[in-house]
Amino acid sequence: MSMDKEAVCKVARLSQIRVSEEEIERISPQLTGILKWIEQLGEVNTDNVEPLANVVDSDLHLRKDEITDGNCSDKILANAPEEVQNFFVVPKVIE
Amino acid sequence: MTKLTQLTITDALKGLENKNFTAQELTQAHIDAMQSAKKLNAFITETPEIALKQAKASDDRRAKGNAGLLDGIPLAIKDLFCTKNVQTTAASKILEGFKPEYESTVTKNLFSNGAIMLGKTNLDEFAMGSSNTTSYFGNVISPWKRDGDDTDLVPGGSSGGSAAAVSAHIAMGATGTDTGGSIRQPASFTGIVGMKPTYGRCSRWGVIAFASSLDTPGAFARTVEDTALLLESMAGYDPMDSTSANKEVPQYSKSLNGDIKGMKIGIPDEYRIDGMPDEIIKLWEQGIEWIKDAGAKAVRISLPHTKYALPAYYIIAPAEASSNLARYDGVRYGYRANENDLQDMYAKTRAEGFGEEVKRRIMMGTYVLSAGYYDAYYRKAQRVRRLILEDFEKAYEKCDAILTPTTPSAAFAIGENEDDPIKMYLNDVFTVTGNLAGLPGISIPSGIDKDGLPLGLQITGRAWDEETVLKIAGTIEKAAQFKCMPK
Repeated sequence: MSMDKEAVCKVARLSQIRVSEEEIERISPQLTGILKWIEQLGEVNTDNVEPLANVVDSDLHLRKDEITDGNCSDKILANAPEEVQNFFVVPKVIE
Repeated sequence: MTKLTQLTITDALKGLENKNFTAQELTQAHIDAMQSAKKLNAFITETPEIALKQAKASDDRRAKGNAGLLDGIPLAIKDLFCTKNVQTTAASKILEGFKPEYESTVTKNLFSNGAIMLGKTNLDEFAMGSSNTTSYFGNVISPWKRDGDDTDLVPGGSSGGSAAAVSAHIAMGATGTDTGGSIRQPASFTGIVGMKPTYGRCSRWGVIAFASSLDTPGAFARTVEDTALLLESMAGYDPMDSTSANKEVPQYSKSLNGDIKGMKIGIPDEYRIDGMPDEIIKLWEQGIEWIKDAGAKAVRISLPHTKYALPAYYIIAPAEASSNLARYDGVRYGYRANENDLQDMYAKTRAEGFGEEVKRRIMMGTYVLSAGYYDAYYRKAQRVRRLILEDFEKAYEKCDAILTPTTPSAAFAIGENEDDPIKMYLNDVFTVTGNLAGLPGISIPSGIDKDGLPLGLQITGRAWDEETVLKIAGTIEKAAQFKCMPK
């Protein structure tokens, strides 16, 4: 598999990262190189092997469904780049 | 009197208890060391005022007889741990100025044991790197130099600032995180001890996420005993982290007592890789002799899927990172680029806020998770991950722990290995297997190479068996008598 410029553009769009023409030129061979390298996994026979997502084998424990915090909007907003009246502010999204 | 910055944590605790010096004196000595070693760029944020305040409170506690396990000990905290009201950046422009409203569980545990924070240490951006050359806040420079050569060397990464601070005697110990080798590799490069415990032993709550199924908080110090003490203070069950283990934490600092007679130490065939320097092979053989002299038995083992660990890691870690780092969108915290359209704002914020390696990994991770490639890459890597875990399970039927070198080379110069990302990735070839399998591992400074640079040996243990790992590490430490210090 190779990561051509078109594929880089697509993946940059999915990643929500703006890339310049010059960056695409640079990134495309790098990602292609990494992809070729990781494709050696194809040599490994993984028939009937279950994927391992996490080494923790215990079940997630459930806590009681009760409110444990809240009333802390000031804390939540403390690092916001922009806020007004207890809301995060973003560029206008409705025409 | 010995200079206060030369003491081990264990000796400093005795000195404090015997009133030979105060926590404030001990802390001031380390603040002075921090000020005079600024050229290492080990810290992103220095917190001397907080440190002195904590030191005064520590002296008061000790006077009342209420001293904790680490009371009065000045530590450095990797800037990946959220610290309440103190800037926490993950070494990224995208988090510059971010002041968490809460404290990570690990730092909370350390502080409630009386530890003192000197500052927040530099790292590779979002802990992605093996050289500490991807930080937005500049490279960390190792306190070590090659003999007769003034070239600046890397301290390793990603926890490079923590390793440099402990190695240069700025801090008595430090926190780190290890996702693919980010504690053990810099410990090896800077001639100190670094330990990654079993996944789930230390809480990830408040640790800025990179690859959640691999990220493991751990500790650096200059002796095995000190490292054990730090780990004991950091570890423990935390309901705030769903992967935190509800298991009692043993008294690690006591586990160094006793010998390793009769233990079986595995020596994996597959770790003899092409191009590994003779000195590292020699050091490994020396390590085998040391454990035999102590009455343990070396047994040949096979970990057949070792070679596939790094490629599997470079699918799994970027995949998880691409998801974890989706939160940096310029809305709730951190950097925001100016744009009039929301989508444009996201894309420009992330383009300007993330560095090159981070962007590369986000894109790689997004690619392997995208429609049509998920099974071929991501699922495949997860299947290989299981085979790697099974390799270890089979090996541990024949041995109690595994002895290997920590890294395939000594520290390299800043700028080296940067032409090709894969070259840099190969630094973690001996450490990444332990992350994929979630196992505890430690690097112990064990020798020097022809240029006078430190080399480490690594012990990897069974899950939850940090005590055996520490016991063997203590034996190697005693045999190696590593006394070298950076010049």
